[in-house]
Amino acid sequence: MTRLHKVPVIVGLFGLLACAVLLELAVNFGWVMEIIVPRPTDTVLSFPSLQEDMDLVGNFFVTLGMTAAATALALLIGLPFGYFLYRREAYGVAYEGWLAAAFSTPIVLLYPLFLVIFGRNHMTLIVMGCIPGAIPIAIQTRQGLLGVSKTLLNVGRSFNVSERDMFRKIMLPSAVPTIFTGIRIGVMYTLVNIVAIEYLIDFGGLGRIVSQMYDNFSIPETYAAIVAVILVSTFFYWGFGRVEKWLRPV
Amino acid sequence: MAQAGVIKGTVPAVSSAERLFDGRVSRIRLLTCVGLIALWEVVATLGSYGILYNDVVPHIWHIVIAVFYELISASFYRDFGMTFAAHSVGFISGASIAVLVGIWLGTSKLIREAMLPYLNAIGSTPKIIFLPIIFLMFGVGIESKMAKGAMSAFFPVVFTTTLGMMLINPVLIRVGRTFNLNKWQMITKIYMPAMVNPVITGFRLGVAITVIGVLVAELKFADGGLGYRLGIYYEQFQIAPMYAVIVLIFALAAAANSGMTKLQDRVNRHMAPTTSKGKKARASASGGLGVVN
Repeated sequence: MTRLHKVPVIVGLFGLLACAVLLELAVNFGWVMEIIVPRPTDTVLSFPSLQEDMDLVGNFFVTLGMTAAATALALLIGLPFGYFLYRREAYGVAYEGWLAAAFSTPIVLLYPLFLVIFGRNHMTLIVMGCIPGAIPIAIQTRQGLLGVSKTLLNVGRSFNVSERDMFRKIMLPSAVPTIFTGIRIGVMYTLVNIVAIEYLIDFGGLGRIVSQMYDNFSIPETYAAIVAVILVSTFFYWGFGRVEKWLRPV
Repeated sequence: MAQAGVIKGTVPAVSSAERLFDGRVSRIRLLTCVGLIALWEVVATLGSYGILYNDVVPHIWHIVIAVFYELISASFYRDFGMTFAAHSVGFISGASIAVLVGIWLGTSKLIREAMLPYLNAIGSTPKIIFLPIIFLMFGVGIESKMAKGAMSAFFPVVFTTTLGMMLINPVLIRVGRTFNLNKWQMITKIYMPAMVNPVITGFRLGVAITVIGVLVAELKFADGGLGYRLGIYYEQFQIAPMYAVIVLIFALAAAANSGMTKLQDRVNRHMAPTTSKGKKARASASGGLGVVN
């Protein structure tokens, strides 16, 4: 990283630190009520007790595991369905608008229905996480395959490449970046939905911790749990962004 | 003449192929709807005999009747009014702040590069997780739903506005400077008209996300609103009215989304290309800036 590139990072960190110091002073001087916003130092210091009482790391892995399971299910549904929509053009045209519309609907509101069907268990979280994850994967898979360059396909045909090799060696590598964009969006929405349902039904991993800490009126611990969720989301966002950048042709 | 005959012969052939394809698409859609309704009714019938998901999946006509009763109920309109008020105030305040912040981020590279990682971090976080903070600050009344709506609307609008600012044709900016426009004139005469399309895209996304944000807040803690109504029906195991509220919410969300899409299409038709590459900025282009929810 060059010195020029470091400047915004330093400015950003300095700004964050300045906000934390100002908040600490505001709480100390009584300008901000401590029962509404705790001191940043109290929030940081409550992490060990949060780990001890609520097993923060363990619950992180619970949320992570459910996100992974829901994503795997979303991939199992989304990828073949996206390929089907590509192969059968009429079905692709018929369903793509519906899929896009379904993606913008508040699917999270269906949680009472899923609770009644699956019960208050991990299955509800996985199924509800999988639905918003599968939709962008299916759409982007179709778009990725539709966007394969005609020149590449003609090159394959001129070499008399079989249908299977055409898919494996030409279409799939060239569609991977677009498909991965769908996977990234899918994973983020899966995580968002799982944490949201955890919070709403007070069950599962990190979302449940936030809900329980708030119900106990443990304010610094509530803020610490929220910071933990932000860190996890940032990690996912950053990690998938890096992989996507790596997959995208320059 | 022969050429004219060929042209005359080919044009209807192409359009008939298109018509055939459109007909096939319509048939697929119709058959899918019929299939889904039939599947639903099979599950509902099995449920009514106590074989599968007893009473969880009501018959479609029960839902239609429940929708009718909702629509003639005064309390439904009270709840709808509360959700609508929370949504409108939340969206307008969140989107207004976001446009100003987006313009600020778009004009200053240093601030943008310093702040965007933090905005992306919070933008990709499920906003529902901030509800405890919002409830602590604003209480459990309608104010907290407005605040949640504002928070939900803020992120898509700030990302698309920033992107819109970054994609403004530099020639337009140079023209403004050549005419010695002051900062306010630059904003009103150059920046704002040039980034109408991405901002409207942000508004479209923001409207949909604000609906979800407000309803989820109402589901958790509220004394009114459509989300609250949905939660009450669920707790009382009134399944058909619960589906009726879900259907009405989805219909209202779809109507809002469709209205915003039409507005965007209208703007698209009237706006000249505005980006540095002569292309209009698309909503999907904001994907790289942040996942919003």
